[in-house]
Parts: sequence; C-alpha cells; structure tokens
Amino acid sequence: MSTGTERNDLETQGPELDIPATPELLPKVQGSLPKGTAWGILAASAVVVGGILAATGFSIGLWVFLTVVLFAVATYVISRVVEGPRKATDRLVTVVVGSAFAIAMIPLVSVIWTVISNGVARFDAAFFTNSMRGVVGEGGGAYHAILGTLIITALAALMSIPIGMLTAVYLVEYGKGRLARAITFFVDVMTGIPSIVAGLFAYALFALIVGPGVRMGFAGAVALTVLMIPIVVRSTEEMLKIVPNELREASYALGVPKWKTILKIVIPTTAGGIATGITLAIARVIGETAPLLIAVGITTGVNLNPFDDRMATLPVFAYYSYVAPGIPREPFLDRAWTAALVLMVIVMLLNIIARIISRAFAPKTR
Amino acid sequence: MTTTEVRPEPRTAKPVTQLGDRIFAGSAKGAGILILVVLAGVAAFLLTEAFPAIVAPAEDLPGEQNLLLYIWPLLFGTLLSAVIALVVATPLAVGVALFISHYAPRRIAQGLGYLVDLLAAVPSIVYGLWGVGVLAPASVGLMTWLNTYLGWIPLFAGPVSATGRTMLVTGLVLAVMILPIITAVAREVFLQAPRLHEEAALALGATRWEMIKMAVLPFGRSGLVSGAMLGLGRALGETMAVAIVLSVSGVVTFNLVSSGNPSSIAANIALQFPEASGLGVNVLIASGLVLFVVTLAVNMIARYIVNRRSEFSGAN
Amino acid sequence: MKTIRPSRARVAAVGVAATGALFLAGCGAANEGGSSTGGATDSSVSGTISGAGASSQQAAMQAWIAGFTGANGGATVNYDPVGSGGGRTQFVEGGTAFAGSDAYLKDAQLEAARTRCGGSVIEVPNYVSPIAVVYKLDGVSNLNLSPATIAGIFDRKITTWNDPAIAADNPGVALPASPITPVNRSDESGTTENFTEYLKAAAPEAWPHEADGEWPVQGGEAAQGTSGVIGAVTGGNGTIGYADASQAGQLGKVNVKVGADYVGPTPEAAAKVLEESERVAGQGDTSFAFEVNRTPTAPDTYPIVLVSYLLACPQYPDAAQADLVKAFLTYVVSPEGQQAAATAAGSAPLSDTLRQQITPVIGGIKAAG
Repeated sequence: MSTGTERNDLETQGPELDIPATPELLPKVQGSLPKGTAWGILAASAVVVGGILAATGFSIGLWVFLTVVLFAVATYVISRVVEGPRKATDRLVTVVVGSAFAIAMIPLVSVIWTVISNGVARFDAAFFTNSMRGVVGEGGGAYHAILGTLIITALAALMSIPIGMLTAVYLVEYGKGRLARAITFFVDVMTGIPSIVAGLFAYALFALIVGPGVRMGFAGAVALTVLMIPIVVRSTEEMLKIVPNELREASYALGVPKWKTILKIVIPTTAGGIATGITLAIARVIGETAPLLIAVGITTGVNLNPFDDRMATLPVFAYYSYVAPGIPREPFLDRAWTAALVLMVIVMLLNIIARIISRAFAPKTR
Repeated sequence: MTTTEVRPEPRTAKPVTQLGDRIFAGSAKGAGILILVVLAGVAAFLLTEAFPAIVAPAEDLPGEQNLLLYIWPLLFGTLLSAVIALVVATPLAVGVALFISHYAPRRIAQGLGYLVDLLAAVPSIVYGLWGVGVLAPASVGLMTWLNTYLGWIPLFAGPVSATGRTMLVTGLVLAVMILPIITAVAREVFLQAPRLHEEAALALGATRWEMIKMAVLPFGRSGLVSGAMLGLGRALGETMAVAIVLSVSGVVTFNLVSSGNPSSIAANIALQFPEASGLGVNVLIASGLVLFVVTLAVNMIARYIVNRRSEFSGAN
Repeated sequence: MKTIRPSRARVAAVGVAATGALFLAGCGAANEGGSSTGGATDSSVSGTISGAGASSQQAAMQAWIAGFTGANGGATVNYDPVGSGGGRTQFVEGGTAFAGSDAYLKDAQLEAARTRCGGSVIEVPNYVSPIAVVYKLDGVSNLNLSPATIAGIFDRKITTWNDPAIAADNPGVALPASPITPVNRSDESGTTENFTEYLKAAAPEAWPHEADGEWPVQGGEAAQGTSGVIGAVTGGNGTIGYADASQAGQLGKVNVKVGADYVGPTPEAAAKVLEESERVAGQGDTSFAFEVNRTPTAPDTYPIVLVSYLLACPQYPDAAQADLVKAFLTYVVSPEGQQAAATAAGSAPLSDTLRQQITPVIGGIKAAG
C-alpha cells in the first residue's frame, strides 16, 4: 500500500500526531495483565451473571447482554488498576469493537440460516431440471427461472460493464471540468434511483418503442442496467484512483500511447479490485424483484429469447410463489425459499469466479 | 469513495497521442455522456408521468386530498425508517470495519470481508421475509419492554404491536440491509489509511486505539460519510423489504412500536401500483419524483461534506 | 426447441457448477417435452397468448394453464398477476389478449375496452372465492359474528374479545378479555373492496366508510397481500383479518350471520350467492357482470365473496389467437376447469345454469372478418 504519493502525503499534510513525544511525559507502564486474563474475566462475568439470572429468571439474550456489559466494565476497571488508563481505554475499545462485530453478525448469520434451513427442502435435482409448465401444487422447479435470471443478468452486465468502466476511465484519466463534475454528481444521483422506478422507466421506454403491454427480458435487462451502471462506475473509479501515477508516467516515458497505457497498465494493475466491484454490482441487481415484475413478467415455461415475450426470473418466481400461493401453501413457499437459496448460491459462485479471474489477471506486484 | 478529480500531475512525460487514443478517449467520454442521457431519460419519464397528478384538482386524486398531503406521510415514513437504519447501522459498521481492518488476524479478516461482501448481495425480498418471519416475532418482547419502562418517551408510546411489524423493526431490517454496504466502504478506506502514519503512532508508544483515533479515523472520515450516504440511498429507495415488513396505515407518528405506521414512498408504489389505473399511476410516479429529489438532496449534502473534508481523503 | 435427454440434464445440473451446467444442458426443461410429446391428440390450437390481471386468480390460473397446456402441447398461455388495475389497463391498451379483474369494467374503461374490442367486450365470472374472516384466539375454536359486530371490530370500535356484542353472538363461549388486533391489507386490492362493500351493505350503521379497494380505517395493523395478512394473523394472538378462505390454513374462520343463521365460508355457500345476485344492466349482452347480493336471505349462502372476471374480446384480428382464446376460456369455465381451480385454489365452481348462459358467448369468439 505504501506508494510514493502516500509518503509525500505524510510530509505535507498528515494529521498532527499529538502524542507526547518526550519520555518523561509518558505515564510509566505499570505492568501488564498476563495473557489469557481477558478470557478469565469473560468466564467470571458469565458465571456471575448466570448466577444472578438463575436466581431471578433466566433468558439467554439477557444473559449474553449482561455478560458482555459486565465483562467490559470489569476489564476496564482491572486494567485501569493494573495497567493505567490508556491501556484500560484500549482494552475497552477492543471489547466494544469486538461486540459490535458480534452484534452485526447475529442478524447476518440469522438471515443466511433462515434461507438455508427453509430452502434446503426443495434443493433437489427436480428443482434444477424442471420448469413450472403443467405443474399444479407440488413438484416443479425453477429451471426456467434460473435460466431467465442468468440471461437477463448477463445482458445487463454486458451493457453496464463497458459503459460503466469506460465512464470510470473517463472520470479518472481524461475527465476535467464541468462534464466530469456533472457525470460524477449524476452517477451519485443514479445510485439513488429506487429499483421500482427503474422498472417503470424501462417498461415505459419499451412500451413507447414496441407498443403497450410489452414484456421482454431485454426490458428487464435495461432496468437492471440503470441500477447497475452507477455501482460499476463508483467501484471502478475508486480502484483506478489507487493505481500509482508512477506506473502511468513510466509507460508514457517509454512512448506508449495513453489508451494503451490505460488498457495494458492501469486496468490490469487493479483488475482484482475492479472484478470484485463488478461482482458486487451484479450481485446487487441479480436479486432485484420490483423492476422485473413490471418489465419482464412471469411465465411457467422456458423462454430463452430475451427479445420476445415474458421470461421467468428467480426473484419474481420467489415473489409470486410467496404472494399468491395455491393450496396447500407449503410447496409454493418451499419453492420460494429454494429460489432465494439458489440466488444466493449463484452470487456466491460469481464471487468465487471473480476472485479466480482477478487472481489470474492481476500482475504480481508484491 | 473519494471524489477529487485525479489527474496525473505534474506531468513529467507527455503521452504520445494517436488515432487510437482519440477513439478511446472519445468512447470513454461517450459512455459518460450516455449515462447522462439515460438519467435525463429517467428524469423526463418521471416528470411527464407525474405532471398530470401535479396539475390535477385535489378532488380527482386518491383520498380526494391535495397531492402534497398524500405524499407527506410517505415522505415522513421514508425518512424515519432510513434514519433509524442509518443511526443503527453506521456505528456498527464502523465497529465491524475496524474489527476486520485492524483487530482480526489477517487470515480471518479476509474471510470475514468476503462474508460481508456476500451479504450485500442477499436479495431484498429475502430480507423482507426474514424480517417478517424471524425478526418481527423475536422483537415483540423487546418492544414490550421498551414500552413498559420507556413508554414516557414518545418513540415507545405504544400500544405495542402484537405481531412486531413496526417502524422500529423495519428500521432494523433496513439497518441489517445497509450494514454490509457501509462496512465494505469503511473497511476499504480504513485499510487504505497510510501505513506510515500508523507505524509512526505505534512507534511513539500509542496504544492500538490511540493509533486508530489519530491515524485511521481522521483519514477514513470522508470515505465513511460516502459509505453511509450510499447506505442511506439504499434505505431510502428500498421497496420490497419495507412493503413486506411494515404495517402501514398512512398516519404520521414518531411512535416506533405500534401497528399504525406511515408507509415509505418506494413501498407504497409497490403496494398500490398493481391496482392503480389512470391518475392513480400518475400520483404514484409523482411520489417517485419526490423520492428522486430527496435522494438528490442527500447526495448533494454528502458531496458537500466529503468535499469539505477532502484534504484528508484519497491516496493521491 | 431442442430437447435433451432428461437423465443427462439431471445429472449435469446437480453439481457444484450448476450455473455452468445449466447453460450446457441446452434449452429444454426436463418436464417440457415440446410439441412432440405434448399430451392430447385433438389439439388444433397453438401459439402463445398472454393475459394479466388480478393476483387473486393466480393459483387458479396456474391450474388452468397447466390443465390447458397439458391437453394442447403446442399452446402457451401466460398470466402476469400484476393486479386488476394493471390487468385492465393493459387489456384496454391492447397489450394482452385477456385480463383477469376483481371488478367488472366501469365507465370510461368500459368504453375504452369496447373500442379496443371493436364494439362489445366479453366479461365472464370465472373465479368465485369466499373471503373468510380469519382469526387466531387461543381457546376459541368456533366463532360466530354478525355483520355489525364484524364492522365494529374492523372499525376499531369493538376492541376486546369479551365485548358484549361478540358475547351476544357466541352464547356459552368463554371469551378472553384480551385486546383485538384487526389486520387489513396494506395494498389496494379486490379483496378489500369486496369486504368493505359487504360491510357497507350488511351493516350500514356500524360501518361509516365507503366501499373501496384501499382500506379506509387508519392506524391498524396492515399487511401486504393475502400471504401477509395470513402471516400477521398467525403471528399474533387475538388477531383477526380477512383473506381468501382457501389460504386460511390452521386459522379459525368466522361463521357470518346471514338472515338468522351463521354460515361458514365454504365454496358451496359462496357459489350460491351468485345465483342470488343480479346481472348488472347496461354492460351489453356479452357481459356477465354481477352486483353481488351482500344481504341474501336464502339459507347456506355466504355473502362475503370475491367475484373475479375474465375479460376478452368477441373478435381478434388474428385467427390463431382467436381460436386459442376461445379454447382457453372454454376450458376455464368448463366443469373440469372449474373443478381444477377448486382443487388448486379452493374456489367455488360456477353453477351449471350460469355456465349454460356463458358458453355460447365464449363460443362466439372469432377472427375479425
């Protein structure tokens, strides 16, 4: 990470570090707690709180909460006595940061667990090979929806990645003045377009071109493109910015034209970051429901032509299975959850693929 | 997430200009302009579709009331839920990002970063179903507790919803949704904090927290604001999760734990659009226009904050 | 469409690289044989027609589409459950061949639909479904309510389960003193419109609001769609809501007072109400729009029903399309079609008398000549 510019940064505009630099101003280190003390305090807190709660009425949530609070307080007090206030604050912050992480992980793990436990029921071969054509009640699958999602997302990616990356290149390498400022600003605005508005826009656009009541996969892809472009631009722009200028200048000095420098030096240098950003962008739109609901519709069979008629997509499939189930409800709800699970698996695979690609392309810099 | 224009300056070596260069520069510029055209298209669509609702007399509109009176509760609900989400998610995200960037062992940190990235990709409908199926029932107890002991605060006035599908829970679901986004951005900027500053701080005897306070946080502040605004943008525009989780009934209230809540603009479009026809559609799109403007304002504010602090930002 | 041997596709698709395999597996789903293996023999119709409209019909429509395309392998029927409003708009604009609507065409939209179809428009009730007043109250397995009490509960005037009005309907039942949480739809819907229409007609004093697709009382518990309402009622205790009877599952269903009796939301009782109702005048010969009688007197008649219609044109510019629409609609109103919907969606089959009136109108669908 330490590039020449950063070093330059330090000399000119680094934030003042107001640490007392003279040794006599530093408080004497009063000794330190032996390793493992933290675990001891944690265990003791758990036991103490558990004991109190056992007497008054037990609840796991309360127990965990109070244990952490007691742990934080006890750590601070003990450390302050033994090690002094600065170390004590440091330990307190460590506990706080750790608990923040733990708190954040609870809902996230819960979300994943909910999807997996509900979705695993229909995560079978039939789900990946059958469509819903001719299926009433139980059985059936989302083969048609999986293909639809892949096709529409691929189309959206095909449109938004070149546009987004070129725009990012323009902003970082060429852009100056009003136009660049305007693009930067409006890309930000674009991130805020609600997904349903993007869907309405795409539908209105194609209704204007093709005629009313139009439904096609491509219209959905356009809606997703509107949502995806700003994410691609943002992430690519950030990544291009970290490329050290020395690389560009070295390339120019060797007589390489600018466009080749960008294509052969700048972009490959940061390929990993760009790939991650693009995957994030794809992941963000692949699960969009509202725009596809409006622009693409739903069908029960396989339709591989994105320019003609309705296509099924996983989010819409899941949505309708949940919103308008038949009787009995269970097979419909099971299919909805499994569709969500498949969506997450696809995103995970995309992530892994992106990581492999970026590793393969990135030059060995260190 | 910085915005300063980066140009290789001062330029010591002039790049050679070629025909290819002009084509490449032209297409890059064209892509940028294309984005502006698309956005102009979206704006034009919103304006033309919203126009009939704006000029229509009040008695033709749904509820036979003024358009602003119709949109106001929705706007209120949108802002309230988004603010709850932001207030809950931002400190947590800073904690998680710091944990990943400066506390966790490097090997584990990569995996955790990967996990958080993955969570940014969970479809919103899943968050909605999780909110209504898991979080809402689980938080009834908490909300009853809040109402019993803190009921004198208007936020928790009650009566407590029996199903837990309240504004508080909706805000929490949104917080969970935007947490990965803010975390991802915050983590990146924290990781980019100049290593030399950090090492200098540590060498001078600073504890880890003092080092973070002095070298990392000031550096990452603008990026953090950017990330929070990205999250806020998503929270403002979230459609399906809010529509599924929130129990809406058009009242304007700060009461976070009861059944009667204002809807949000995006959720209201999703809820009412299927049955809307004629002027009803125009009204919904007019509300979409308002959301668009609000998002624009939020972005302008964010940009202002970031630019004001830009001296701290960026590697260049 | 190229078909691929199912076994290969199945083996290929179940793997780690499911995504990649899906592309390699080609275009056929294992259960889609294409025209070569498609079911019946007498299929003279082929092509694709699309409809859009009420989401209430979605489950029944899936059954109809499955049954119809099973018998006519070369035909594809699509249905977007975008909502009645969207369905009517698209039909009027000519975007779809048929539409499903929870309400019959009125005023300007009727005129526009006539223009689209070139004179008159076909409007047939194809999906009649009882709307149950569902509740969850531990210890109370059977609940009787009169219209005025229901109206009072949903208008949030009656707030506890042991209210005298409820007790009067349920002599001998031990009612708890717990609060009532009424749950309504948060989205605009035909279900809400029919329910409020019923309250307005059956209990005008207790229900001061107009019939409307959007819930008129503010500040209550609201949930999205039938699934949302069922979920909210199931999730709480002392909750009460209204939803498609077939979706009620384990929830209790209120017996509604009709005349002197209390009637449960069965398909049979719902079907009877249509016979008690009058056709709306002025819609034209090809329209079978009904003004549902919300205060029937005949025994075993359940008045809270949703009558959903199928909209189509008597003539289409394209002969193949006309044939397909005719064949599909004929199947939908046929005894088999209605039975399929009853099994898959819990709807009330149409009576034979009504079918005899409808069938000739559908049979008259032809290519514009």
